[in-house]
Amino acid sequence: MPEIQGLGHSRKRVEDARFIRGRGNYVDDLKVPGMIYLDLVRSPLARAKIKSINSEKALEVPGVLAVLTGETLKEYDVHNMPTLMNEHQMVLPLDTVEYQFQEVAGVLATSRYAAADGVAAVEVDYEPLEPVVDPFKALEPDAPLIWPDRPKWADVPEEERSNHIWHWEKGDKEATDKAFEEAEVTVKENLYIPRLSAAAIETCGCVAKWDAVEGQLTLWMTTQAPHAIRTVFALVTAHLGLSEEKIRVISPDLGGGFGGKVYVYPGYVIAVAASIVTGSPVKWIEDRTENLGTNAFGRDYHITAELAGKKDGTLTALRIKTTADHGYVDAAANPLKWPAGLFNICTGSYDFKNAFVEVDGVYTNKPPGGIVYRCSFRVTEAVHTIERLADLMAHEVQMDPAEFRKKNFIKPEQFPYQSVLGWEYDSGNYAGALDLAMDMIGYDELRKEQAEKRERGEFMGIGISSFTEIVGAGPSHSFDIIGLKMFDSCELRVHPTGKVIARFGTKSQGQGHETTFAQIIAEELGIPADHIKIEEGDTDTAPYGLGTYASRSTPVAGAAGAMAARKVRDKAKKIAAHLLEVSEEDLEWEQGKFFVKGSPDQAKTIQEIAFAAYTDYPQGMEAGLEAVSYYDPPNLTYPFGSYICVVDIDRGTGEVKVRRFVAVDDCGIRINPMIVEGQIHGGLTMGFAPALLEEISYDENGNMYGSSFQDYLLPTSVETPKWETGTTVTPSPHHPQGLKGVGESATVGAPVAIVNAVVDALWHIGVRHVDIPMTPPKVWALLKEHGAALEQ
Amino acid sequence: MIPPSFDYEAPASLEEAIAILGKNPEAKILAGGQSLIALMKLRLASPAVLVDINRIEGLGYIKEEDGWLRIGAMTRESDLDTSDLVREKYPLLADTTRVIADPLVRNLSTLGGNLAHADPANDHPATMLAYGAELVATGPKGERIIPVGDFFTGPFETSLAQDEILTEIRIPSPNGSSGGAYQKLERKVGDFATAAVAAQVKLGEKGVVEQVGIGLTNVGLTPIKATAAEESLQGKEANEAAISEAAQLASEAAEPEADPRGSVEFKRALVKTLTHRAIKTAVGRAQGGK
Amino acid sequence: MSNHHIRVTVNGDVQEADVDARLLLVHFIREDLNLTGTHIGCDTSHCGACTVLVNGTAIKSCTYFAVQADGAEVSTVEGLAQNGDLHPIQEGFREMHGLQCGFCTPGMMIASIALLEQNPNPTEDEIRWGISGNLCRCTGYINIVKAVQYAAEKMQE
Ligand SMILES: Cc1cc2nc3c(=O)[nH]c(=O)nc-3n(C[C@H](O)[C@H](O)[C@H](O)COP(=O)(O)OP(=O)(O)OC[C@H]3O[C@@H](n4cnc5c(N)ncnc54)[C@H](O)[C@@H]3O)c2cc1C
Ligand code: FES
Ligand code: FES
Repeated sequence: MPEIQGLGHSRKRVEDARFIRGRGNYVDDLKVPGMIYLDLVRSPLARAKIKSINSEKALEVPGVLAVLTGETLKEYDVHNMPTLMNEHQMVLPLDTVEYQFQEVAGVLATSRYAAADGVAAVEVDYEPLEPVVDPFKALEPDAPLIWPDRPKWADVPEEERSNHIWHWEKGDKEATDKAFEEAEVTVKENLYIPRLSAAAIETCGCVAKWDAVEGQLTLWMTTQAPHAIRTVFALVTAHLGLSEEKIRVISPDLGGGFGGKVYVYPGYVIAVAASIVTGSPVKWIEDRTENLGTNAFGRDYHITAELAGKKDGTLTALRIKTTADHGYVDAAANPLKWPAGLFNICTGSYDFKNAFVEVDGVYTNKPPGGIVYRCSFRVTEAVHTIERLADLMAHEVQMDPAEFRKKNFIKPEQFPYQSVLGWEYDSGNYAGALDLAMDMIGYDELRKEQAEKRERGEFMGIGISSFTEIVGAGPSHSFDIIGLKMFDSCELRVHPTGKVIARFGTKSQGQGHETTFAQIIAEELGIPADHIKIEEGDTDTAPYGLGTYASRSTPVAGAAGAMAARKVRDKAKKIAAHLLEVSEEDLEWEQGKFFVKGSPDQAKTIQEIAFAAYTDYPQGMEAGLEAVSYYDPPNLTYPFGSYICVVDIDRGTGEVKVRRFVAVDDCGIRINPMIVEGQIHGGLTMGFAPALLEEISYDENGNMYGSSFQDYLLPTSVETPKWETGTTVTPSPHHPQGLKGVGESATVGAPVAIVNAVVDALWHIGVRHVDIPMTPPKVWALLKEHGAALEQ
Repeated sequence: MIPPSFDYEAPASLEEAIAILGKNPEAKILAGGQSLIALMKLRLASPAVLVDINRIEGLGYIKEEDGWLRIGAMTRESDLDTSDLVREKYPLLADTTRVIADPLVRNLSTLGGNLAHADPANDHPATMLAYGAELVATGPKGERIIPVGDFFTGPFETSLAQDEILTEIRIPSPNGSSGGAYQKLERKVGDFATAAVAAQVKLGEKGVVEQVGIGLTNVGLTPIKATAAEESLQGKEANEAAISEAAQLASEAAEPEADPRGSVEFKRALVKTLTHRAIKTAVGRAQGGK
Repeated sequence: MSNHHIRVTVNGDVQEADVDARLLLVHFIREDLNLTGTHIGCDTSHCGACTVLVNGTAIKSCTYFAVQADGAEVSTVEGLAQNGDLHPIQEGFREMHGLQCGFCTPGMMIASIALLEQNPNPTEDEIRWGISGNLCRCTGYINIVKAVQYAAEKMQE
């Protein structure tokens, strides 16, 4: 019998067997007989009126079968589709385009090559309109209205329409304002956290296959949330005769997701419509420019933040005002009640008595999105803000930033901790993580080195980020996506020989669920993980769940796995009692077997019990050994950590070099330390990237910069720092196995550590803040402004 | 991203290739393809005919002869990188090739293509200006030699005729105390330069600069030879003041435009910094350092 | 638009086909030969997901025409394991957790093999440089470096 390999084992990954042989099943690998190809005509302009679309020349291209436009889709009433924020988004436009690269028409052809030729031959006559690129200008009274034909304005009087989407706030404004008035010290900063693209190496795509005879739609697609997607499809296509039981969404292997594959993009819908219209299976695969240019973005928060405190360094109040650029519709993949995500975790790791946070959502002529890039529902923005401000305040009261943090941390004995902005933190030991990080990096020595270097005119900085994450959405009382509560699920079946299949409502994109979920079950049942097969991603077979994003799989679906296993164990106990002819109360569990209290020889292994479940079960009991759990988490989980970064700055070029980066993470109990480390390495790299390299920006005409990997700068192995990682373990008290989730912590916590290091390096010349990405021209301009640039 | 259709020819000899080019005004040479194919996939280039010169023998070599380093136009970046001759005697070229693209792209991209493409962001052009290289073009009438200073006529434009093929690059072999260096600021591996500077110096007696070449990358519509900077350094001892002055003059010679890689002011200052560093390293190398 | 008869040896098997001049090698491999282990990640020769060996040299097959490979030997991830035995680089990626989503992995492994061929005992920095034409969004590269080191050791045995 193989080892059990429950929690805490660095079990090698099951899924690797196929990936290292080139046998993964990604969506573009799929070939279906009779399949045709869809390619999309996209707008070169950020805002324009479409005067005409002429398909004649395209239809003459050999291999081109049809050209679909908004008018075609309108016949089926699928030219618009709902977003997760209860708005509408265009699938194909009827009148105007509202961002550069927006879908304008679909070309169907017998091959990828012919489809591309067809796209090049479609003639679209655009009348350019002035785009609104800046969210603050969008809010001005005379700003042009973005997408005037928006369905939500059908019943709204014209004077009430504007580019302001919503206002959201949390906290006690009066009390906070008062605390600021009374404060001994305050600091204030404007931060801009730019747009990012998740940029998984696999782009998005699908194969849609409509079988008119069976009325069956099969949709293989790059989705992190297959079940929710199917429900949305069923709801919006019911009038076409599509019915949920006849829609099968299959999410095959995903080449990374990072939130970018939660959304429904117009291409998927056009592919489905095209399959219905033509009767042929249709493949649509984005190229990289389409992916960067149109996929849901992350961040794009303009933040003004203030801290109030006492001269001794005690924090008293936090006040934040944010303008959120949402693009031309609000399509953010938030839980519905949280239009700004979980941004109100912005009090971070500190014990605040007063805080007030407000966010205003705004339309601009850019693609929609908002929640991608390992952001944990806007926690990255929150952490960036509080950790940046904490550093400012530390400097202001002339305390070492580490000491300052320790003074204000929520103390271990305060958990469960009720935050002033409404969260109940489950567990934490913040000083423990920071102490370990300081030890690992040799903090005091570094401060000495920094002082010496400064004497010599060399700029070196040390930056800290002590972040608190909030993951595992979420409890049904406050978390739903278009009404679907954010539970997750596991269906677990033990076969007669003691082997298991378990299916989950989530969908791995590289996190290794096939490996780790088996360990969760192995821990509970004592069945070797190697005997447990995990499946996800097929709506016909897997139980309903909300999917994998926001680090929710372990805290929610993982808990469902543990709970399902416990239900199985309960039944197993009954069978064991029957087999051993004792009462249930006389039995005790030891991983893998039940034995009679006081006589360990009298035992039945889980395998024996499983066999009995089909061959020799008590009278009156149903055969079989299986269970289902739909887990509604009682609370979120709160992973945390402390990161310390050392940077050196080249005064001649403005280059920032991350010399060292120590990351101490606490994600509760670790299922598989090897995989957790891997998640942290990847997460740190996606924290490093926006700090120094990645950014999507737009010029005043709404033209995007960063629409290929030439200019959207994913770090290579050479730029990526050599991460040093450390661990503390503070279990979650409410998760059945003490787990918390880790997929995004590092991306949430890392960028601001690097910013703090850069500001620390430049503080003595008068620099107080740098926005990310901290590129050479930006840093050089600061050096120059403060008279510290060298030209050698 | 799918390239448009074209006819493909893979001649076995230069003569054949030249004949095909002569017959087809819209034909283009395919060398490493690392610039051209990308442009075709973006549909920014749609040549009617591609003349693949990869199957012509004898266009890839690195050898010293008659006082020149002769490099066949089809020599790949990776071959330059692994050449002991280049590494030991032509540090400026070695520096340059090392910062071009990434190891896989470099397995294909050619020195000839890098020059013929005449992208102001390409790195070899400035280096060849600093070296005072000569380029050999082969056409229907045989070979002609083009001094590198006459080669780049505009962005993506050279003095090559449609039916001429760049076949060889000649770099004067160093004699005496010579050294060179290439300094490039790139945002990440594989990125084109924000700005870069090539410097090649020859020191005479008492460390006086006898010859100097300075070339600038991606701060103008073509690569720029920083003549005033060269002149200021010539005949002087390469001390801090002289290097600074040359660096200042080089930055004045730059004609950068603002773009997401940086402002005009930044790029000018960067040219100064990089020129300073390049000359300093070049002088150090000329004096026998590494 | 011209059509060409090509003969390419892929993972040891001779393949003949008539191809359009503009057919990219990556599409020939994936769609004509159904060897889908070679991936497409960027289309612009930046990511290396499409890396294959052509006559032993690692190249990005998205920026190379199939007709250019006429007469050549091409190796893809599918040809790495011999008689069911994993190549040391495959073992290394599994043992050192050098992959997560697996999408960059075939290209990463091929680039690593080419690196080890030239430099059987690379330093960490040489490895990092050697795989710098291949992007990975998941791993942060640390474990990929370890995987290559594992393979280097194994191959020297
Ligand atoms: C990801 C990436 C990063 C890069 N980074 C850099 C960089 O940092 N610095 C840099 O300098 N370059 C960079 N390049 C460009 C690369 O080095 C190109 O390969 C090079 O510029 C062109 O060489 P090639 O052999 O590929 O030419 P091709 O792409 O085959 O040809 C380019 C042009 O030159 C013409 N041509 C080619 N050879 C000849 C010849 N012998 N005679 C006449 N005309 C000819 C062709 O017709 C075509 O118009 C990068 C490329 C990529 C894909
Ligand atoms: S797909 Fe070829 S390099 Fe990215
Ligand atoms: S493992 Fe996902 S891109 Fe490398």
